[in-house]
Amino acid sequence: MAARKTSLYGVHERLGARIIDFHGWMMPVQYKGVVEEHLCVREKAGLFDVSHMGEFMVSGPGATEAVNRVVTNDVSRIADGQCLYTPMCYENGTIVDDLIVYRHDSGRYMLVVNASNIEKDYGWIKSKMAGDGDVSLKDASDDTAMLALQGPKAEAILRKAVNIKLKEIGRFRFKDEVMVCGVKALVSRTGYTGEDGFELYVDSGDAVGVWDSIMDAGKKQGLQPIGLGARDTLRLEAGLMLYGNDIDDTTTPLEAGLGWTVKRDKKEFTGRDALLRQKAAGVGKRLVGFELVDRGVPRHGYEIRSGSESVGRVTSGTYSPTLRRSIGMGYVKPECGEVGTAFDVVIRDTPHKAKVVALPFYRR
Amino acid sequence: MEFPEKLKYTKEHEWIKVEGGTATVGITDYAQDALGDVVYVELPKKGAAVEQSKGAAVVESVKSASDVYAPASGAVTEANGRLETNPELVNKSPYGDGWMFKLKLKNPSDLEGLMSAGEYRKYVEGKK
Repeated sequence: MAARKTSLYGVHERLGARIIDFHGWMMPVQYKGVVEEHLCVREKAGLFDVSHMGEFMVSGPGATEAVNRVVTNDVSRIADGQCLYTPMCYENGTIVDDLIVYRHDSGRYMLVVNASNIEKDYGWIKSKMAGDGDVSLKDASDDTAMLALQGPKAEAILRKAVNIKLKEIGRFRFKDEVMVCGVKALVSRTGYTGEDGFELYVDSGDAVGVWDSIMDAGKKQGLQPIGLGARDTLRLEAGLMLYGNDIDDTTTPLEAGLGWTVKRDKKEFTGRDALLRQKAAGVGKRLVGFELVDRGVPRHGYEIRSGSESVGRVTSGTYSPTLRRSIGMGYVKPECGEVGTAFDVVIRDTPHKAKVVALPFYRR
Repeated sequence: MEFPEKLKYTKEHEWIKVEGGTATVGITDYAQDALGDVVYVELPKKGAAVEQSKGAAVVESVKSASDVYAPASGAVTEANGRLETNPELVNKSPYGDGWMFKLKLKNPSDLEGLMSAGEYRKYVEGKK
């Protein structure tokens, strides 16, 4: 299958981005350089094309129950206009995907899923909602573009382009049908960087106009376009999971430290029994954050050792442009997971000293 | 993109500059650009023996780790210690301050199979 392009592909080419194939999508990995872009988001603001993400619309009188049956968190407990982070699990408690649920009202939700999982998630949710006449599911991914404006200057920049008071949108809240640069958009105060910021959902056909208008509005504040390279280092500093690296169909929310998203008092959801059993029995591995004490860069898949014993694997690792040292996350045996515990990360056959630190690595 | 005349080049995008019996090795402008921001360089130790076309150093960018292959065999006489604290010199000055190690050549004939600046430029342009 040929790699897909977002409606902003031409913009990335025009800006001279380096393009890579990201799970079947031709996406900008960097425009100027990962470190510069990373620091720009931490210090000023950055604009990301994340239109490859998937958007599903769930509607009908049974929508709340139907969504609640597939996710571990509880969407009946959030208000209209609120967003919720949640894993979605298989029967055995391992993770199908992690998503953000947007609640318009009890009969209408938007589910935002990872680009690499759109088809899998759609099939999975469809099968779970089959036979339920009170709910309908629609994949709106192809018609929807998604832009993320992130950083301390994000609000000041977006303020100029919208017809509402942005203060009205609190953290993890959203407003629909906001006019952004003359175009109808859903605007949420969400993101994947650890900074304040917004995510904007617009019709694919409007994406280029909105992108150019926002870039223009942010010129004075130093707004820059940001690629997937910096998106990854930003999210890792913020201790946010990446599906396929840190969580997948071999790990559960409890192992990943996402126990707070598993609402055990919810009577029925896929994976509940397995997760309750695991909660009672205890996990066999847990995801931790670590800092490299020795010099080097940890990477996905590297072995973690305690003495000569193999105790885990690195799931994500990078040089942190903000902290100026190497950081990572990985699954280790529970006894190696306490903050301050020392272990070794094996880089090119050589053990490198590391120590467990609290997540997130960076908090604004 | 720069292709200094006096250097010899490898297909893996290293350069080597020979002065007397000693040679200086680094990675090319093309290589540093392709790697992106260099955040760590693992260098060979002084006295280490390196072998032509075998890994002698590792350069890590934000996204990946890449081997640096020795353009010729020999003994390492010096490693560029400045890269420990300033790995970004590889990006800023790949043919100057961003050099990686110096080598006492074992077989000067090792250089015969390497590319000239003009040949390397054509090789790189053919990749685009």
